[in-house]
This record gives sequence, structure tokens and C-alpha cells, in this order.
Amino acid sequence: MAGALLLVLAGCGVDSGQATETDGELGGTLTVLAAASLTDVFTDLGDQLESDHPGLDVQFTFAGSSALATQVAQGAPADVLASADEELLAAVADLGAGDPAVFAENTLVIAVPAGNPADVTGLADLADPGRTIALCATEVPCGAAAARVFDAAGLTPAPDTLEQDVRAALTKVQLGEVDAALVYATDVAAAGSTVEGIDVAEAADVVNRYPLMVLEAAPNPQAAEAFVDLVRSDAGRRALADAGFRLP
Amino acid sequence: MPAPLLVPALLGVAFLVLPLLGLLVRAPWSEIGPQLARPGVGEALRLSLVSATLATAVSLVLGVPLAWVLARSQLRGRSVLRALVTVPLVLPPVVGGVALFLVLGRQGIVGGWLYEATGFSLPFTTAAVVIAEAFVAMPFLVISVEGALRAADARFEDAAATLGADRWTTFRRVTLPLVAPGVAAGAVLCWARALGEFGATITFAGNFPGTTQTMPLAVYLTLQRDPEAAIVLSLVLLGVSLATLLLLRDRWLGRGAVR
Amino acid sequence: MSLAARVVVRRGSLQLDVELTVADGEVLAVLGPNGAGKSTVLRVLAGLLPPDGGRVVVDGDQVWDSPEEHRPAHERSLGMVFQDHLLFPHLSVTDNVAFGLRTRGVRRADARATAGDWLARVSLTGLGDRRPGQLSGGQAQRAALARALVGEPRVLLLDEPLSALDARTRLTVRAELHRHLTDYAGSAVLVTHDPVDAMALATRVVVVEDGRVVQAGTPAEVARRPRTDYVARLVGLVLLAGTAAGTTVELDGGGTVAVAEDVAGPVFVAVRPESVALYLSRPAGSPRNVWPLRLVAATPHGSVVRCDLAGEVALTADVTATSFAELGLARGAEVWASVKASEVAVYPR
Repeated sequence: MAGALLLVLAGCGVDSGQATETDGELGGTLTVLAAASLTDVFTDLGDQLESDHPGLDVQFTFAGSSALATQVAQGAPADVLASADEELLAAVADLGAGDPAVFAENTLVIAVPAGNPADVTGLADLADPGRTIALCATEVPCGAAAARVFDAAGLTPAPDTLEQDVRAALTKVQLGEVDAALVYATDVAAAGSTVEGIDVAEAADVVNRYPLMVLEAAPNPQAAEAFVDLVRSDAGRRALADAGFRLP
Repeated sequence: MPAPLLVPALLGVAFLVLPLLGLLVRAPWSEIGPQLARPGVGEALRLSLVSATLATAVSLVLGVPLAWVLARSQLRGRSVLRALVTVPLVLPPVVGGVALFLVLGRQGIVGGWLYEATGFSLPFTTAAVVIAEAFVAMPFLVISVEGALRAADARFEDAAATLGADRWTTFRRVTLPLVAPGVAAGAVLCWARALGEFGATITFAGNFPGTTQTMPLAVYLTLQRDPEAAIVLSLVLLGVSLATLLLLRDRWLGRGAVR
Repeated sequence: MSLAARVVVRRGSLQLDVELTVADGEVLAVLGPNGAGKSTVLRVLAGLLPPDGGRVVVDGDQVWDSPEEHRPAHERSLGMVFQDHLLFPHLSVTDNVAFGLRTRGVRRADARATAGDWLARVSLTGLGDRRPGQLSGGQAQRAALARALVGEPRVLLLDEPLSALDARTRLTVRAELHRHLTDYAGSAVLVTHDPVDAMALATRVVVVEDGRVVQAGTPAEVARRPRTDYVARLVGLVLLAGTAAGTTVELDGGGTVAVAEDVAGPVFVAVRPESVALYLSRPAGSPRNVWPLRLVAATPHGSVVRCDLAGEVALTADVTATSFAELGLARGAEVWASVKASEVAVYPR
């Protein structure tokens, strides 16, 4: 029943046209379900694939990993699933055409407003009640990850707010309303010059892995394979690295 | 009753009530006790009731005079003012929260000055919850009261003036009592909206148990990990708000019956 | 105490310019058709509407309105009675009457005591604890009168005070109003479209039509010698305009009327409908005023039938129902109408 509820929340269905193949050339519609943090990278890669194959139309649905897993479990007609959560993807792994493979990793860093007005240098500063700190709530993935980082460091954080998602935490840094937040490296990269990232040594072991798989029921399996190949190509890896991902 | 009214009315009721029924049917009733006993739930409920009530009080103090200006004054640009008042209604609440940061945050136009002068910063405090809720909910009150003022016979105010009452006395002793039902209805709407407020609150006030985590925030975060528990919490919020409104309604009806 | 005013208001199609003076103890009725601007005059006198020109002066030296200043309603010593009483629905009758004293700083207990006295004076003893909604129309209007008079204002304004009441209640409230107006020492202005109210309550009448005063005088003068069709209709007369020479008046619309007095120049001729006699053939003898006319409308009016006639002279005749039946008249019928010269009133225009 939890799944049903989430489906209602996720809302959208995915419409996929049938693949039309002419002389091995890719065509039709390719439908990719991807974690929200992949929005920028995947949109660029999709554009690239479309320009390489003029007959191909690439459609993305970007959403939270749990919502995506629910959609796949409910039989959404999609070709590729790229998740930000290994566990959630494992739950639907039997719907994949092959084994899921990790193509990117994300780690937590400290985000501070441009210029770092509160002189934050490391994780210990996030345990200082005198500073205004935003963390993700432990109920959401970035908060769970943050909790593991603080555990590993033996620190008790002193947050002023527990955000509902990583974007909300980052927004407060961008506005300068908090001194620091613990967010993903990719979020700092996407935020541009308004935010500075500070690497956290203690976060090295708390890694978010991004698995990717072609779905068994994919309406357009050739195009799906082509997209997965593009993600794993040098160009794809460069794009991921530019967006702040670590590569396995 | 004519069918063209009855059928849509029944559909309307179904549309409003069925989702609620869904919550009731799916609710894990056996878990209600343990869920309520969970640390933080009572705190979130108390904070919700207190902050919604304070937000309503703020809205009454500021909103009733504003409604009066919109309905009665000869001010030029009143229609523009009215449109501005309804902005929080159409603004996505999260955007409203960001807008509040820009004004009242420690980097904000007013908040920055306050922070420089006193070291006090509004975001992430209970006061910020009240402000966010009032920002989103006050238009409901203003619109209700303005409607009541427009519907009220302004000639009663003329009569009061010929009896020596200046405009302030007239407002207190004639206008306000005349539109009291409209003010009450507006306050109820405002309170209910404030109680359910999520977006502006979590943006501007953040989320921290005991200071800024109201029930809607608790429900949302619980939903991330434990949807069944979230249903229980939603029902608690719903039950408490319905009980409060019914209690108040009885009191108002009791008083209103003198008319 | 006295009130002297010239009220100028320009609002869209309404071009109002009216002069009024009301002496101590006098009741001035402002009579006129709907839309003539009489209520606007009252709103200006009350201070509810700043005029576009003119002045309102009380007691010769208190300026309420002038081009330089406007004293708001709540700073004027006045009482006002509205058509539909406008008692505050959320206050008891006593608190309604006490309202004007409370706003002027009288202590609550004293104000309520005075209000109680006034309720007794308008025969509402024992109803003070009721809400206005629990009073009859007549009781509510009497309470409204008490509320207006309780502060002993210099000026009392009455805006159609009887027109919302049913005919029987109107009679009793009119009598009561008359009593209080007689006792009232200040200047009273009564706006009405009902000539009976004006005749019964006022010491002087001004008739306002299209924003102008068209006639002024005592009620008896106005009733006897109307100067416009509107006033003539109100007082039940047929008004004809013409030019007199000797005892003959040449009507502006054609035809002649013989009168008993020797007059000259532009005149009005007023004919009472009951003085007009109708015949199927030219009447014997030779009355000087006899015209062949056509019946255009006949409407029962109490015990008489009012017959509207057209032809050389537009007349109205009231004949008894019996005569009407005996004559066997129908619409379009040709009749002879005659009026004795001595029954015709004539006065200069």
C-alpha cells in the first residue's frame, strides 16, 4: 500500500511510442527514468543522442529515486532506469534486462555561501551551535547519509533546520540564510558561483552509488542500449565529472 | 431539489470526502496509540495549534483594517492594492517562503538591518513559522472580511456619523459588530489554512522539532520513510482541527442566536 | 436657532442648486419626485456629502459647509431619521437611543437613563431591551425618532420617515411625529414625496424638481396654487397655463377658459376634477366653459371614477360611479365637459 500511495504522489504516467527501426538506424521514442540529480547531465546526453540519430525522440522523467522505483514496479512503459539509490533499484532489479551497473558516485560536501562568511573549515564547524546550519532530515536520503558521516566522524551536529530535500538545504545556503549545509558534490557544482564546496574527508566512505539498467520490458531496447553506452562513453564520463560526480 | 443542482452537489461532496475516506480506510488503526506516543508528535501538534492561532491573531490585527481600507476608503489604486493582497494566494508557498527570506532573512532588506543591529535572525524560529503562516493565510481573512463589509449596509455608518460617532468609533461600535460573522468565517478559513501550511513554513522557518516542526512538516517527512505512520499523523491533525472548528462553531452559533 | 443653506451638487445628470432657510421651530418640507435631488440635499445638510458649492450656516454664525470648510457629520449638532429606520441591529433599543449620547461622552448609566425617558416619550416603555428586529415597523420608526432627538440637536433631518410604513401605521406615526415636531425647538427639514406628509407636518414647503426649487410657500398656498404639473397632480388639480385678458384666458395649448376674476397677463388656471361635469349632449343653458372632448381613460378612484379627457383642453373629471354608469361611457366616447367659471382658480404665473 505504501507503493500505491507513492504512485499517487508521483502522479505522472510515462507515454512511450513504439520503436520503429529502419536499417538498424535508431528511431521512435526512448523513455528514460532518472534521478532528479541527473537532470542536467542526462538532458545534455539526450540532446546529443537525438542529434546523432535524427529519427529518435528522447523523453526523460526526472523524479526522486523512490518514486521512479514505484513507477517501474507499477509497469510504467520505460526503457532505462537510472537511480540514485542502490537499494531502491535492487527492489526492482528483476525487471531489468541485465544486471544494474553503477555508473557514477556522489559524495557529501559542505556547501557555504560564496565567500564563506562564517569561516567554515570542516565538519566540526557543523557541530557548533553558534553557527546556523542546515542538514537534510534523516527521513530523506541525503539526511541519512549525513547522519552516517557524522557518526563516522564521532561528531554530534547542531543543525537549525532539517530540510525536506537537498535542494531546500542548498537554497538556504544560496540565500545566505545558513552558514553551511551538508549537500551532494553535484549540487554544489550545479549551484555555480553562489555556493562554495568544502570537501569532507570523513565523507569519503559514505558514497551514493548511481546504478543504471535497461528494463526488460523496454519498448525500444536498441535505443536504450545506445543511451547506456553513451553514458558510459568517455564523453558521458566527462559530462558526469563536470557535474560533480565521482566515477567508479 | 432540482437535479441540475443536486447531482453536481453530490459529486462535489464525493470529490471532497472520498480522499478523506481513503485515509480513514487505509489508516492502520492499531498503530494510532504507539504513533501518538512517539516523541515529537505531541510537540508538533502543540506547535501547529499555537502557531496557527498566533498567525490568525496577527491576520486579524492587520487584515481587518486592510479589508476596511479596501472596502470603504476612497483611496486611489485600491484595485491594484486588492490584487497585491491576493498575491500570496497564487504564489506557490515555497516561493512565498523564499520571498520572505529576501525581506526578513538575515540577508534580507529588513531582516539584514535587524540582524546587524541586534544579532537576531528571524528564520528558523517559531516567530518565523507564525510569519510564514500569516503570509499565506491572511488573504483568506482579508477577502472574507472585505466581502462582508461590501455586503453590509454602509448607511448604518452614515447613521452612526449623524449620531456623533467619528470613523474610528463607527468602525468599533457599528461596522465591526455588523460584519462579525464575516470576520469569524474569515478567521476560521485563515486558521485552517495556517494549520495546513507547509511550503512557506518549511522554506522560511525550516524544520526543527520543538521550534519549527509543525504537523504538516512532520507528516511530510514521515511520509518519506513510513507512509502508514504519515496517514496516522494526518488523521490526528485532521481530527484536532475539525474538533476545534466544531467547538468554536457551537460557541458562535450560541452567541449568534440572539440576533 | 436657524438653518440657512445653499446646496450645490453636480453628480452626473444631477445638477442640484437649492436654497433653503429654516427658522426656529419651523418644519420645512422638501417635496419632489424621485430623482429630483431632495435626498442629496439632506445628505449635504447632514455632512455625509461635501457639496460642490454653496454654504450651510446654522444660527447665523456656525459654518457647517462653505467653499473653505467642511465640518464632518459627527461634528454637527444634528439628528437624522431615515426611511427604513437604520437602527443598529446588534444593539438593544435602549442602546440604540443612547448611542448619540455615548459618542458625546455621556456616562453609560446616564445615557441609558435618558434613553429610557425618551422611549417613554415615544410610547415604547418596556421595549428597551428588545433588538430592533423584534419591533414592528411603526415602533422601530418611533425608536429611530427618539434616537435622533435624544441629543437635542439644533437641526433635525427626516428622510422619507413614513414611506416605509403601511397605510394604517403611517397614520399613527404621522400623528406622533407631528406632536414631537411641534415640541421641537430647532430647525427641522423633512424630505418627502408624499404631499399629505408635507401638508400635515410642515409649516413651509419647497418643491424641488430637476435640482431646482420650483415653488415655495405654506402648505395651503402650495396646495391651492400649484405652479407645476407635478405639484398639481400631487394636490389633485388640473393645471393649465395661458394668457388672461379680462375674464377670458387663452390657453397656451389652444382653447379658452372663462374665469370669474378680472386678470391680465400670463396666468395659471387650476381646475378641480370634481368640479368638472360631463354630459352626452351639449348642456342646456349656456355655461361659458363647455368643450366637446373625448374620453381617453377611466379609472375607479374610491367612490368616483377619474376620467381623463382629451381634445381642445386636456382635463380630468371625477364623476360618481353612479353617474358614470348612467352615462354609459366607454373609452373613446365623445362627451361634453363643463366647469363653472367660479370654480376655476386663476393666478399669475
